[in-house]
Parts: sequence; structure tokens; C-alpha cells
Amino acid sequence: MKDKQLLVSAIKEGTVIDHVPASALFKVVSILNLDKLDTMISIGNSLESKKLGKKGIIKLSKVFFKDSDINKIALVAPCAKLNIIRDYEVVEKKVVEIPDEIVGIVKCVNPKCITNNEKVDTRFNVVSKSEVRLKCHYCEKITNQDNIVII
Amino acid sequence: MKNKNLVSITDFTKEEYLRILELAAEFEKNPRQEILNGFVISTLFFEPSTRTRLSFETAINGLGGRVIGFSDSGATSASKGETLHDTIKMVSNYADLIVMRHPLEGSARLASEVSSVPIVNAGDGANQHPTQTLLDMYSILKTQGTLKNLKIFMVGDLKYGRTVHSLLQAMSEFNTTFYFISPDELKMPATYKLHLDKMGLEYYEGGDLTEFLHEADILYMTRVQQERFTDPIEYERVKNAYILRNKMLEGTKDTMKILHPLPRVNEIHTDVDASPHAYYFNQARNGVFVRMAILSSILGIK
Repeated sequence: MKDKQLLVSAIKEGTVIDHVPASALFKVVSILNLDKLDTMISIGNSLESKKLGKKGIIKLSKVFFKDSDINKIALVAPCAKLNIIRDYEVVEKKVVEIPDEIVGIVKCVNPKCITNNEKVDTRFNVVSKSEVRLKCHYCEKITNQDNIVII
Repeated sequence: MKNKNLVSITDFTKEEYLRILELAAEFEKNPRQEILNGFVISTLFFEPSTRTRLSFETAINGLGGRVIGFSDSGATSASKGETLHDTIKMVSNYADLIVMRHPLEGSARLASEVSSVPIVNAGDGANQHPTQTLLDMYSILKTQGTLKNLKIFMVGDLKYGRTVHSLLQAMSEFNTTFYFISPDELKMPATYKLHLDKMGLEYYEGGDLTEFLHEADILYMTRVQQERFTDPIEYERVKNAYILRNKMLEGTKDTMKILHPLPRVNEIHTDVDASPHAYYFNQARNGVFVRMAILSSILGIK
């Protein structure tokens, strides 16, 4: 525990995104557009985790997400846990939930889909959440969990 | 239905299907009416088509409307790299309604989000072809006198055939019993069978075309295409099992009709054409009346 404390320092106000699979950490960074933020961010990856083997953690100072924004990461980090920090204390814990609609994150599996051929944001209706199944709003084809490619 | 897009068959409700079919029957009785006088309808065919384009243009001309458009995107700015988005934006300045066919799936949905005038999808790749479904329904209603409680046999390529998928979706509103007859490689996808389960409808699946044919009210044929098979030997083995011949029709109901979205290649032997069960050429004629009904209701005239 001590080592981890040294690697990622505590924050005063903000959000900690924990239990991100190590392989998905940078996808989370990109989905949430964290590279566009100018507030302090600490990112740790490949930390040891009993649950996930290797996990990633992101600490964001002075950043609080709307549920609709943070839920976007559920596709790549379904077990992610959020701690909301106020004055160094965890005041709220949240889990992420796959939203009913996904816009602009996932590539449609169908090569003949218009979204793979013309500049247009992809859009899916989530038809199943346990085993993720996404129905393309445009071509109506299903993209399964195994085929999910993050744009 | 005024100003509504018709992109996918599920965009319309059961009541709207019935209204279109009712209007189509009116147009069949009186196919020359000048009700589209002063309207300009654009037919954008980015991919070749014979029946669909000609029947739309016949419908428009029959009602006194004007047509602008193209039947080959090679002669347009699309060949210079213009996006679909831009083509639709531009054409929606000129026309009151756009009928489009495009090889990419989802193209008509995108067009409907970009266009300031209604879009009627005349086929977007292997995805949807809702006006075909409505004309299939009209043909069923006309020959059977009802849409309710029928036994519909779907034969051939049930995996990739867009017409059978859309017809299944629409007819599932009418307590239909479905029989799916196909080779193993081309079976009806699970998602459609799940839909029938949800609707509480019965369906049967098998490979033998003739076994239960005496129960059929409608025999909906599609083509088994060689390019769908990974194993050419398998294709050779099954291809003849899905070719309909006149002698297979013995013992079927007198009222049973054979439908086919056309073009036919060899899946219905020409010896069936003279049979009273053959309805596929009449079916194509019905397309004109159904498209008259669709266009006039979306333009708010009927």
C-alpha cells in the first residue's frame, strides 16, 4: 500500500477512477478526452490488483463528471469504480453503467456501413448490456462485445 | 404520414402499413390522377436498378409529378468525390421528396438526417428496402383477402436476404406463422427468431421445401447465390433443392401464391410461370400502386 501511495498522490477535490483494466487505461483517457484538460491529472497503470491482475487508476483534480459522460467508459472498463473526493475525503462512490445509446466511441463492425465510408459520428442503441450488443442506428447491424473497436 | 421519412420498415406503424395498402387499392382502381401536379420528386440511384426505379418513375408520372435524378452515379459529382451528405443537402434544395438507392448500408438514414425534405429509401445495400416490403404486403392482402393468421413460407437465402427480413418484421404484426426453408449456411439469423419469440409467434425451420408445402398460403422465394458459400461443393449439393418446379406444387392450396422480389435467375423454373400459383410478375405491377400511395401520403396529398 505504501508504494502505491508514493506512485499516485492524494487529491483534495476531484474524481478518482479506479479498477480500470490496465489494457483499457489509455482508451479511457481518450474516451473522456482527458488529454484536453489542463487540470492536474495523475495516471497510474499496471498496478497490482487482486481483482483485475493489473489495473490502472486515474486521479483528476477539480474534475467532476456527469453520469452520462462517465458512463461512456463502461464499454472498455465495465468494473470501473469512481470515488468523488471533497477535502481529501471520499464523499461518494459510484459504479459505471453502460448507457442506452452510444455516440461517437465505437466503430461499426459492418464495413459496408455508411459510418465507415463517410465522415459521420457512429451511433448505437444498446440492445443488451450483460453481453454487450450494440445495434447500429444507421446500418442496423449488431456489433458484439468481441468486435468492439474504440475509435 | 406527411413529411415522414420511410427509411426502414419499422419507421411505420401497423396502422400506417394498412393505410398505405388501402390507398394502393384506390390507386389501382384509378391509376391516372393529376394529384402530383407541380411537385418535383428526385430519384437518386447511386446503384443500378430496373424495377424499383422504373416503378417509382411510373408512379410519379402517372400522378402528374415531375422527376429529376440519375440512374448511375458515374455521371454525377459523386464520381468526383462529393460526399453523400453534400449531394443530399444540394438536392433537397431542388425537390419536394427524394427517393434514393445507395450501395452503403445506413446511407438512407444518414440522408434523412441531412435532408430538409422527406427521404424514401429504395434500398440501402443489404439493409432495408421498405417499399418492396409494402408491395409484398399488398400482394399478400390482394391474393389472400387478409393479412391475418397466414402461413408464410420463406425459401432460399434467409441469412442475407433483406426482403425476407423486412417482410418478417412487418408481417409479425399479423399473427403470421413462418416456415423457414433454407440450406444450413443460409438460415434465418437468430435475431429475427428472437423477435418472433418476443411476439409470441410460431415458426418452423427446415431444409426440405416440399414436406409441408400443402399448408402454405404464401411461398416467398429468394435466390441461393453461389458467392454466399465458402465451400463450392456444398453449393453444388444444395442448389437444386431450392429450385421450385411446377410438379412440386401438386397438393398445395388453390389460393396459394408464389412471390419473388425479382430478378429471378433459376430458382423458379420457367414451367411454374404458367401456373395459377405464380404471382411474381403481378407482384411487380403492384409496386406502382403501392409507391403512388407512399409518395402521395408522405407529400400530404392523401
